Amino acid sequence: MSKPYNNKAWWFVLPVFVLVAFSAIIPLMTVVNYSIQDTFGNNVFYWAGLEWFQEVLASDRFHNALGRNLLFSTIILAIEIPLGIAIALTLPKKGFWVPVCLVLMALPLLIPWNVVGTIWQVFGRADIGLLGHTLMSLGVDYNYATNIFDAWATIVVMDVWHWTSLVVLLCYAGLVSIPEAYYQAARIDGASKWSVFKYIQLPKIKRVLLIAVLLRFMDSFMIYTEPFVLTGGGPGNSTTFLSIDLVKTAIGQFDLGPAAAMSLIYFLIILLLSWVFYTVMENYGAEKSDPRVEQD
Amino acid sequence: MARISLDQIAHSFNPRPSSEADYALKSIHYQWDDGGAYALLGPSGCGKTTLLNIISGLLTPSNGRVLYDERDMTLLTPEQRNIAQVFQFPVIYDTMTVAENLAFPLVNRGVERAEINKRVAEMLETLELEEKANRRAQGLTADEKQKISLGRGLVRYDVSAILFDEPLTVIDPHMKWQLRTKLKTLHEQLGYTMIYVTHDQTEALTFADKVVVMLEGNVLQVGTPEELFDQPAHTFVGYFIGSPGMNIFPGTVVGNTLKMGSVDVPLNKGYAECAGKTEIGIRPEFIRLTTASEAGSRGLKFNLRSVEDVGRLKIVRGQAEGVALNVVVDENSDIPAEPYAVFDAERVCVYQNSMLADGDILSTESRT
Amino acid sequence: MLELVGVSKRVGTELHISDVSLTLERGSLNILLGPTLSGKTSLMRLMAGLDRPTRGGITLDGKDVVGVPVRRRNVAMVYQQFINYPAFTVYENIASPLRLAGLDKQTLDAKVREAAELLKLTDYLQRTPLNLSGGQQQRTAIARALVKNADLVLLDEPLANLDYKLREELRVELPRIFGESGAILVYATTEPYEALMLSGKTATLCEGRVTQFGSTINVYKQPVDITTAQIFSDPPLNLAKVQKTPATLAYGEQPLGNVKGDLPNDDYTVAIRPHHVSLNPSECYSVKLKAVVSTSEISGSETFIHVETEHDRWVLLTHGVHRVNTGDNIDIYVDPSRFYLFNASGALVHSPVNTSDAA
Repeated sequence: MSKPYNNKAWWFVLPVFVLVAFSAIIPLMTVVNYSIQDTFGNNVFYWAGLEWFQEVLASDRFHNALGRNLLFSTIILAIEIPLGIAIALTLPKKGFWVPVCLVLMALPLLIPWNVVGTIWQVFGRADIGLLGHTLMSLGVDYNYATNIFDAWATIVVMDVWHWTSLVVLLCYAGLVSIPEAYYQAARIDGASKWSVFKYIQLPKIKRVLLIAVLLRFMDSFMIYTEPFVLTGGGPGNSTTFLSIDLVKTAIGQFDLGPAAAMSLIYFLIILLLSWVFYTVMENYGAEKSDPRVEQD
Repeated sequence: MARISLDQIAHSFNPRPSSEADYALKSIHYQWDDGGAYALLGPSGCGKTTLLNIISGLLTPSNGRVLYDERDMTLLTPEQRNIAQVFQFPVIYDTMTVAENLAFPLVNRGVERAEINKRVAEMLETLELEEKANRRAQGLTADEKQKISLGRGLVRYDVSAILFDEPLTVIDPHMKWQLRTKLKTLHEQLGYTMIYVTHDQTEALTFADKVVVMLEGNVLQVGTPEELFDQPAHTFVGYFIGSPGMNIFPGTVVGNTLKMGSVDVPLNKGYAECAGKTEIGIRPEFIRLTTASEAGSRGLKFNLRSVEDVGRLKIVRGQAEGVALNVVVDENSDIPAEPYAVFDAERVCVYQNSMLADGDILSTESRT
Repeated sequence: MLELVGVSKRVGTELHISDVSLTLERGSLNILLGPTLSGKTSLMRLMAGLDRPTRGGITLDGKDVVGVPVRRRNVAMVYQQFINYPAFTVYENIASPLRLAGLDKQTLDAKVREAAELLKLTDYLQRTPLNLSGGQQQRTAIARALVKNADLVLLDEPLANLDYKLREELRVELPRIFGESGAILVYATTEPYEALMLSGKTATLCEGRVTQFGSTINVYKQPVDITTAQIFSDPPLNLAKVQKTPATLAYGEQPLGNVKGDLPNDDYTVAIRPHHVSLNPSECYSVKLKAVVSTSEISGSETFIHVETEHDRWVLLTHGVHRVNTGDNIDIYVDPSRFYLFNASGALVHSPVNTSDAA
């Protein structure tokens, strides 16, 4: 259905355009500018062409960081999406407990990234942290600062704790909008719980699920603050994700050219993967219906 | 298939009902014969859908029992009762094809593949959906979707009953005719007990052998379409059935004469005096408009207000002796310049305290 | 006066509205009749200014309104769904367009109460819509459209979600309520009977085209083509493909009698309304046909009998209760003076003469 037209609407959008131009497009152009030049300070620039891009793309350091990112996002999606759906399915649909559950679910989302990192940093310490201490007393040799597996596990658990709620809330919104008649019909058809999920609930929450996957993918692929606060990219380089690597290159080593090229590549990868996710999920079970025929 | 009995069914959505007003269903006692076509007719909020859901097992009644033949089913699920139900909005499984939709209830019940294929093929033919068998059900029109919902019930062969909850609401008029006729034919062919909930009198009357008219959680009358039309047991039934409904107005009846102002209208039955209010009911179809000379002494001078030509008929609205009357006349009949209304004495119903007088007609099932 | 000249609306590759020209007078009731997706809502959106036509012009009282945003047009719309402000009382709901117009308190109060009185809402003014029945909710939406005193009032299947009996009542009231306001009233419906009850003028729509526009009863009685006749028939029309010879209309082997007037010998489609087929022969109903009963429906005072003739499915609408069984062979009778004839391209070439049209 087309929207009503009104040329005045453009005036309302204009401030956002200006804002986006200043906050995104201009810095992005600066980054492009850096990525194709070389400088030795003093504001003197030399044309470098695609040299930085070639260097970054060929470096093991970049490959390793990219690999870590992909692994991390995969783990995050593999845990948070099914877990989020599962929790959403178990939440009550009406009654007194609905607002209570929703508020509890929303709580982790309200906590800033760096605070989450700090909380877990303390929580996981073997000497004073509840988690670390408990694990130690159970005989588990847990130390996120020295053990690669422990570091990864802590970051993953931290992210799951922080963000699964988002998936839950989105899926819940999708689930409650399914008309009661679908469940009743399924009961009458003798459908099992699994069939109800597969043939009614999943198809009906497909759209919100797509949004959840996209949001969680983009966000987990850009992870920075939590590992930065918790492990600082260590032990070794084991939790040095692209974003951390980027900052190290740009600010730690002051290699602005490679850093700019890297951030552009990073940006394009996110764009590309998001587009892939979107098309795949959108076309899953395609044969689009005429939207005007939809009854609900 | 089974005979379905409702034994003193009452239902309240309030877990601790304190007064009768808390009950969506007051007290329903009725038996649905095996293989009958029934309609539950009434305005929104009369409890008809609640009653249907109690029969199907989607809802457990607060009081009373539901029996299929002699078996107590009150606490059993729809699946255990083996019924099928079609809802107001078509329910289809979007990701499945038409054929898979029809096969779904059989697959769930572990029917053999060969048998499933055979029955689905038959059902596709019955519903005239063969060409769309392998299309995804999502893109179909509303009436096709509704046929699939129906087909998922019919394909099971052994269902105890098929229940319909206003199944034609979202269907266009032309398709309504086709689907309704299809239902009627299927009922004759397959002999399932069918119970059809609707607020639309045409749907109820044309579909059912017996219509149950409900109001505010009570059954007002159970009868064949003719009975409901000719002898409405309650003024509400008279008003609700027919378009326009029955003319109902307060009147004075002395013996076998109806006093309308200065005019005495003869009735063909005598009525005893009654303490409460007396009302007269006459259907617009049974009033004739004619000239003064032809009408004679029983003619009521008719002040004509409007004539609505609705094609097949004309609806004449006006007043006689201070009473608003609707009259229905044939498309070709002429209305005299100074019309007089004449009641068909056979068809005048007298109501005392809203109930049809001579009161043995009201079915005992509705009173408890 | 609202004038649409050659209006088309294309969305993507689909033509939702195709070359529609209509002139709607002030104070008139105009019905858009057609099945779902025939373009009723699309046409209303164009009239309201919610959409811009791809081609063609729309003028209100001679002024071009294409491109004028809906906010600056004086338009009211009522939808099939009951749309009210859920947090407002009925009073505030009705008052909302008046508050926007900046009316003083007393005039506003008087207008709200007047509208509430007309729509029988006086007792419910302090309730919120959620505590009302569907009929009362829709009355509230209608009252809001009424007080706005709009030039153009668009009602998109406003009674579709209401009970049958409520529909019957509102159908009688609506034209009267809006009749006095002098607005151009446009009313979309899928139901032929509703159009006939409302009277006024009717435009029949099919696949985005207006097939005919004229006084409702005339469109019903004199449809210009077979599409219009079918849209405007509930129950559906009975059709028979015939070949005209000088002596008769041949329906396969079966002669169907003849119609008056000079029609060339050709192939035609005969259309007969269901209530113009009889179970009993009479002077008029003189042509006999054989048919097999497929099913019958009794509505209390009438019987619908669905039959198969040699070539087609027909339906008879007969007075009184007739018991026939599926599979019965019965004789049915038709009256050639009741025939509509359409030529090969679907245009009306012959229609019954109606004796009571003079009235």
